[in-house]
This record gives sequence, C-alpha cells and structure tokens, in this order.
Amino acid sequence: MKQQLTTSPRNPRNAQLDVIVAAGDPWMGIVKQGHYFRIVDLEGNQAVDTLFYNAHDVTERYSATDTVRGQGNLYLTSGTKLLSDRSNLLLTITADTCGRHDTLGGACSAESNTVRYALEKRHMHSCRDSFLMALSTTNYGLSKRDLAANINFFMNVPVTPEGKLTFADGISGPERYVELRAEVDVLVLISNCPQLNNPCNAYNPTPVRLLTWTD
Amino acid sequence: MNTATPAPYWVSWEELLHSGGHWSGVLRRGTTLRMTDVMGGANVSALFYNFEDTSERYNMPDTLKAQHTAHLTAGHVCYSDMGRILCSIAQDTVGWHDTIGGVSNAESVAKKFGATRFQEQRNNFHRNGYDSLLNEVAKYGMGRRDVSASINFFSKVSVQESGALRFHPNHSPAGSYVDVRFEMHTLAIFATCQHPLDPDHAYNPRTVRLTAWASGAAPKNDPCRERCPENVRGYQNTEMLFR
Repeated sequence: MKQQLTTSPRNPRNAQLDVIVAAGDPWMGIVKQGHYFRIVDLEGNQAVDTLFYNAHDVTERYSATDTVRGQGNLYLTSGTKLLSDRSNLLLTITADTCGRHDTLGGACSAESNTVRYALEKRHMHSCRDSFLMALSTTNYGLSKRDLAANINFFMNVPVTPEGKLTFADGISGPERYVELRAEVDVLVLISNCPQLNNPCNAYNPTPVRLLTWTD
Repeated sequence: MNTATPAPYWVSWEELLHSGGHWSGVLRRGTTLRMTDVMGGANVSALFYNFEDTSERYNMPDTLKAQHTAHLTAGHVCYSDMGRILCSIAQDTVGWHDTIGGVSNAESVAKKFGATRFQEQRNNFHRNGYDSLLNEVAKYGMGRRDVSASINFFSKVSVQESGALRFHPNHSPAGSYVDVRFEMHTLAIFATCQHPLDPDHAYNPRTVRLTAWASGAAPKNDPCRERCPENVRGYQNTEMLFR
C-alpha cells in the first residue's frame, strides 16, 4: 500500500515542551486546544501506546471504534480525526512521516503476556503497568476502567480482507514522527512500550521524544 | 455444521430480545446461550463483565491479538483484560461477528432515521446502541467509563487492503444462530440496535431469540481450547479461578 507522508513546518527549537521518554516509562500531560503535539520515534519501530482524554471531563476519552468508523478506515495517518466515545473531535493528525498507525493491538499487560507468550512471562514489565502507575500516582480520578483500546503509534498491524490480524514488520524508522493538533484541551497518557517478546521492535525498546508548540 | 435445536426439556430458559431493546443478565460458567436471528439481518451489540468483579471485562484488543483475528466465529474465545476467557463461541452458522464497528449513538440515529421521542412514538421511539448499553451497565453501578468496544454479533465489517471498512448487508439470514458458552460467571449486556455502518435508511432493528442451557464449560479436547497455544494458556488462567 502506498503511504501518504506529510511533514510539519514546526521547528523543535521553538518547541514549548521537549522531553525524552525512555522505553518502559509512562508520560502524562495536558495539551491545550490549538496546540500541536509531536511524538518522534528516535531509533525506529518503537511502539508508543497512547490514550487521550478530554481534560475537562476525563470520562470522555479516545474511542478506537468511533475513530475508525468516523473515517471509514482502520489505519490512522495524516487527516485522521481522533474521536471520543461520544463521537466528539479530540485531536487531528496534522503530520505523519511514518504513514500508518495501529489502534486495534491495544497495550501489553502482564496478563496478556501470559496468554500470548508463556505463563512465565507474567513478571515482565508492560504498558498496562506503566498506565496503571501513571493513573495511580496522579489525581485525575482515572483507573483501570479508563484504559480503553489505545493507539499504538508507529506500529503496523494490518488486517486482511479475510479478517486476520497480523503483526507485520514495522514501517517506521529513526526520526519518523507523528504530529497532532489538539481540538480541545486533552490529557495525554503514554506508555513507551517495554515489550521484549515481540519482533516488531526487534526486541529492543527505545526512547521517544515528545514536543509541543503553541501554534 | 450442527443445526440441531436443543431439546426443549434441557433448555433452562428462553426469551425474545425485542427489536431495538436492551437486555442484561448473568450467565454462569457452564451455561451456553444461543442467540438466534429470528428475522434475518439482526445485530446484537454485546459487552461482557466478570460478574464477581466487574472491573474485569471483555477486552477487544486482547481478544484480537491473542487469536490473530479481527472478527469472531466458532473456535474463538472472548478474553478479559486479565488474560482469562469469559466466554467462547462453541457453534456459529453466521461465520463472522464484528469487533471493530462500535455502536450508534443518539446523534447518529437522529441524523439517519429522524428524531423521535417516547412522548409521540411510545415504545417505537428510536433507540441507539450507546445509550442502550449505558442503560444496562448503569443497573450494576457502572457508567460511561465502563462502556468500551463491543462485539456486534450477526454483523460483518471487513477491512480492505487500503484499510477501508466495508459493511456487508444481509450477512445473517433468518434462523442463523451463534452459541456462546460461558467459561466464567459473566454479566452479559446486549443491545439490538442496528449496526452503525448499516446503510439501511429505515429504522429496522430485528428480534433475537435467547435460549440458554446447561452445557458445561469447555471440555479438555474442545476446539476453542485447541485452536492455538494462546487459548490453551487462556483456559489455564481461567480454570485457576474455579479449582
């Protein structure tokens, strides 16, 4: 499939926020309405598990089903409108140098690792542990029930016309990025994925860079 | 494909799920629930929760990635977020149940079929999928935060190579059924509103028959269990609860 890549005119030197998130770490923050939010896959093929909430009513959250139905397409890329569980617009993807992002694969957890890989993998660090620690050590009133199906930026999870779900080789690479404009004030929750069992990241989770701009 | 109807004497209960209606109930481990599409073209949006701890619930991504599938049919199981199997699909004459289309909401239904109110229409007012699910989960102390991606039984949405979604009309003929066998004590939430991608411009939800019987949980050599090593481990996780 031909990927439509879109670059952004924004310069990292003018960024308001510029942080590195190590693999295995969560990140939480607010992006104001009209501001831009960029995630950079510094070394390539990293999965960035991401959830968005309406910052003024966190019971309203990103919805994978509303988003894919809204655009009539399963894959997220430039132009995708990220919709909430009430079908309201939360963010728009304004630039994408990777080309395709997943929203069906969800987040890894200790429990799903026991199913997917082996019962002995329960002890390994996971995205859901990062999510739960971020939610449990902040005061947004969020808990496990708020962890709906997330976005996996930079992950390639094609679905075949016969309905098979496949974890394909990544199409991302070093310094590829995705940029979003917040259409309302949004609370961002990220887990930079620590999965060591999935060949998608060449068994090597790596850091990502987060940037914001006011316009 | 076994199309035999269970003998009436071993049916525990039977009920008609009225077109456009919503329903909830507890299905114990070892119960099979047959959903029959009485008229053809039905859609049943479903959410499942562990009745003993409703914070554990059907998880769409975990269900799909464990079984490398984006749809459900016989041999598939429904995973909770805790690596356990809430229920399994023991039999299915439909072949494809949707997991990614989600549900309609008040706005989309009003736009598609026109705005209606109970005041004028009485019980023929237009229901929508989201409010129907919300209405049922609220009976168990849950709310909007607990409504996530549903299964849409009897509906087919395929994905083309480009990623484009395609809804398949008339996918389920009259008399089609799916047997959902419960492997845990499960709170089931159902809504029979039309699929949100159904292009039919008439408000036309269908009636579904529910038939329950005591089947026992999945036996040792069950096709759902043996479908893939992931499901073997999922059953191991589940059975730890009942030993």
